[in-house]
Amino acid sequence: MIEGLPALYIFMLSAFTGYEVISRVPVILHTPLMSGSNFVHGIVVVGAMIVMGNAEGALELTIGFIAVAMAAGNAVGGYVATVRMLDMFHTAKPKNEGAQ
Amino acid sequence: MNLLIDAVYFVTAAVFIIGLKQMSSPVTAHRGIVWAGIAMFVATVATFGAPQITLDIGSINLQLMLVAIIVGSAVAYISAKRVAMTDMPQMIAMYNGMGGGAAAAIAAVELVKLSAGAESHGLTVQVLAVLGAVIGAVSFSGSAIAFAKLQGIMKKTLRLPLHQVMNIALFAAVCVFGYLVATGTPVSFEYVVIFFILSIVLGVMVTLPIGGADMPVVISLFNALTGLAVAFEGFVLNNAAMIIAGTVVGSSGTLLTQLMAKAMNRPISNVLFSSFGSDGGAAAEEDIEGSMKEIQAMDAAIMMAYGQKVIIVPGYGMAVAQAQHKLKEMQDLLEARGVDVKYAIHPVAGRMPGHMNVLLAEAGVDYDKILDLDEINPEFPTADVALVIGANDVVNPVARTNPDSPIYGMPILDADHAHNVIVIKRGKGAGFSGIENHLFYADNTQMLYGDGQKAVAELIAGIKTL
Repeated sequence: MIEGLPALYIFMLSAFTGYEVISRVPVILHTPLMSGSNFVHGIVVVGAMIVMGNAEGALELTIGFIAVAMAAGNAVGGYVATVRMLDMFHTAKPKNEGAQ
Repeated sequence: MNLLIDAVYFVTAAVFIIGLKQMSSPVTAHRGIVWAGIAMFVATVATFGAPQITLDIGSINLQLMLVAIIVGSAVAYISAKRVAMTDMPQMIAMYNGMGGGAAAAIAAVELVKLSAGAESHGLTVQVLAVLGAVIGAVSFSGSAIAFAKLQGIMKKTLRLPLHQVMNIALFAAVCVFGYLVATGTPVSFEYVVIFFILSIVLGVMVTLPIGGADMPVVISLFNALTGLAVAFEGFVLNNAAMIIAGTVVGSSGTLLTQLMAKAMNRPISNVLFSSFGSDGGAAAEEDIEGSMKEIQAMDAAIMMAYGQKVIIVPGYGMAVAQAQHKLKEMQDLLEARGVDVKYAIHPVAGRMPGHMNVLLAEAGVDYDKILDLDEINPEFPTADVALVIGANDVVNPVARTNPDSPIYGMPILDADHAHNVIVIKRGKGAGFSGIENHLFYADNTQMLYGDGQKAVAELIAGIKTL
């Protein structure tokens, strides 16, 4: 069980990591990055599956079903949207590398 | 087996962070999302073997789980593949809302279990579940409203009488029921239901009065909130991957929100608690000098073709008209004639930061032609023509001159400093914020009325005849 002070440490370090990772991002990538981080919190699908696996009775099963479906939507939609956006940069990439 | 799954989650969290890092550079961005995608896939598959799920192949839970994954994935995949690039912001809002809803639903199942007499894992866990629930639910319903507004389903900003007071009362009610649920031994099922309904209503009420121009900031904020909700539910479920990924998104999303709010000169508190146009939009309209002058496409084409330097200022109107490909075509024609063509991108042009960059990249415009506010502003005085297409508030000089204007102090593109300004615009109406644009009345400004794509097509035809 992750709890107490270690949990707080994980929380704090992760928060600083997120801040650092983003801090020097060019404006050009803001939308793809927001979409990318939107995809990353799609990891909620793992939690939804665990809950669904332990659901008992119609109500819990229904809510669990909704949780898994929405979480899967978050992950897949976020991924496809991000890749589509970044694909556009893909074609222009070699020119940019030359420019830098 | 347990160790293996824990290791998978550990690696997943690490890869997510590396992926996000790579996504912050154009060169490695594509690799970053693919890595993160693989990690997500592996983590999902591994979860079928998680110790918390001890299911037979034939169990109803497992069957429903598979159906849910397939249904959710298929709907999201098809919608994400089909949607036009211009509509991407609202799709991000929707997927984000789904994530928030999932986090809230996880909490809902846990709390319903507790109300049915399941053993509590302690006060801390219950408090975190409740916190994640309210944040996730607000993000869910708020994102749904944001989606409806950007999609055009909901056109007007809605302000009820005493809206602010009602929101505060609602928030207080959520706190009270949240407290009752979090500390309940045993948890009352009725309270859980009321708590969730109130939380969802709160998300709707908070988002309703926010104008479309502020939506990028709001979506980014909800993105960060969803991350936080996922992290809290990660604590509840004792899942390190959820905690780390959720927190990283929470903090990076908060920073991104701040960057956007700063670019708009709108503190986040202003975005959330006041709406555009209600605080001084009328006052700014009174002292406009000059009148709007119309220009024909042919004259505009001549002006650009025989100029030295043309700076194009795209805005949301360009996105709506899908004019980016035509712009690229016009750029090629002008460059063939020796004209220096550049694009000036305001940080909040369009509906999201970087929105214009994505669209121009789609049309094949080179990076080095696309410049930020700070880079391009010194160049406007040397430009023969500033071509404003579908942008409005981001070139409104009142942001520099009129302290009474709601957008006063917002950094703008100094398009008015160019020798000539041509504004492509559909009609004479005000911008998204509802503020009159003094640029349109300036002596050196001429208006080219029409749909963005059609207008640029006319310009292209004009340049070709020269």
